[in-house]
Amino acid sequence: MSEAIHLETPLTQDKVKGLRAGDNVLISGVIYTGRDAAHKKMVEALEQGTDLPFAMKDQMIYFVGPTPAKPGQVIGSAGPTTSGRMDAYSPKLIAEGLTGMIGKGLRSPEVIEAMKKHGAVYFGAIGGAGALIAKRIVSAEVIAYPELGPEAVRRLVVKDFPVIVIIDHEGNNLYDLGKAQYKRA
Amino acid sequence: MKELFVEEIISAVEKLCIDANYDLGSDIMTGFHKALKEERSPLGIEVLERLIENAEIAHQERVPMCQDTGMAVFFVEIGQDLHVVGGDLTEAINEGVRRGYDLGYLRKSVVKDPFERVNTGDNTPAVIHYDIVPGDSLHLVVAPKGFGSENMGGLKMCKPSEGLEGAMQFVVDTVERAGGNPCPPIIVGVGVGGTMEKATFLAKKSLLREVGKHNPEERLAKIEKELLDRVNRLGIGPQGFGGITTALAVNLEVYPTHIAGMPVAVNIGCHATRHKEITLQGRVIK
Repeated sequence: MSEAIHLETPLTQDKVKGLRAGDNVLISGVIYTGRDAAHKKMVEALEQGTDLPFAMKDQMIYFVGPTPAKPGQVIGSAGPTTSGRMDAYSPKLIAEGLTGMIGKGLRSPEVIEAMKKHGAVYFGAIGGAGALIAKRIVSAEVIAYPELGPEAVRRLVVKDFPVIVIIDHEGNNLYDLGKAQYKRA
Repeated sequence: MKELFVEEIISAVEKLCIDANYDLGSDIMTGFHKALKEERSPLGIEVLERLIENAEIAHQERVPMCQDTGMAVFFVEIGQDLHVVGGDLTEAINEGVRRGYDLGYLRKSVVKDPFERVNTGDNTPAVIHYDIVPGDSLHLVVAPKGFGSENMGGLKMCKPSEGLEGAMQFVVDTVERAGGNPCPPIIVGVGVGGTMEKATFLAKKSLLREVGKHNPEERLAKIEKELLDRVNRLGIGPQGFGGITTALAVNLEVYPTHIAGMPVAVNIGCHATRHKEITLQGRVIK
């Protein structure tokens, strides 16, 4: 396992260019949450010319719908959801300046093209490790769409949030590279 | 003849839902440790270590191991000499789910209608499979099912001419298409035979089997071992980051089928394949 890269948000273009598929990264700073319903609403807001919950430039979205926080907890269990369901929406947000996405699982060619064109990175958090990941979240605040419950948009402050670079800004994809390396006939 | 009050069922279901989401089965933990010894990919090893740590945190702090606390799927066996009293059995199970998901701080992930998609707010209704069996007790199994893995399953109505190899290839192809989406290392449930719905039911039910135990029938156990080997040769690895641990187990169940068909169903369980069970004994009616 390579030494972890410490990454502070916002994720500017210089930082985007320094990350490679397979890199082990610990993120600190502000990230935002959003999954299916929030993405639909954000893209509708873009189409209607109304305000987004936050300015996309150099920001990161974590695809997550946490469990309710227990008393004394900042947030409940908060592992990533399957990113592929956001594929229809992500290219539009990347075009708006979004530079980072955190989730799990495969992405479409359209998303990868948008990432290469505009400069963005797709990170994988460990699916199903919701209890562990919650410990790296310092604060959580709902900033939009509270009616969506677990799917509301939250502003998270994270400290050493563990992720792996799955797809970098050149389109190198750990899912292909890793599989090719360990595939046996 | 015995009788069982619905209140007892409600309390049991409440506890089962919470425990299933907080406590990962020791069989899966054993599977993680075994995989850790064999895995060669550094990222794969890191993932397995974090999954073990995650399960330990969930158990110690009484929090859900995963934020997708699932749709509550039940397998219920009702003894034919048991009388459920004081209410409706299905409603009692749903009330238990309602209480468990509320009191356990579990996520409510069920929408009322697949098209309109408005959350029911209490994770009901559950999906309940009933079976009537000899005896006078009630056996309840809850298996909360997350949809990262559920979405990656599949069914193929194979032609009999495709044979065992055709069925096996469909299983391997389904796992390969799923890639990292269902949170590997996975448990692969396979149901072959019966009708369309019987095959999918068997695939789901096979996920309840203890990891590391094979089908008691020798020839089927042999197929499971070969499938596990083929799946783990795909290279997908823990979380899809590359590695030799794509699945911890392949569980195969079969059923007699029609001369013209061979339904093959694959239901994938994630590394947090959760299930808890209890047997409730009724009281003798005086």
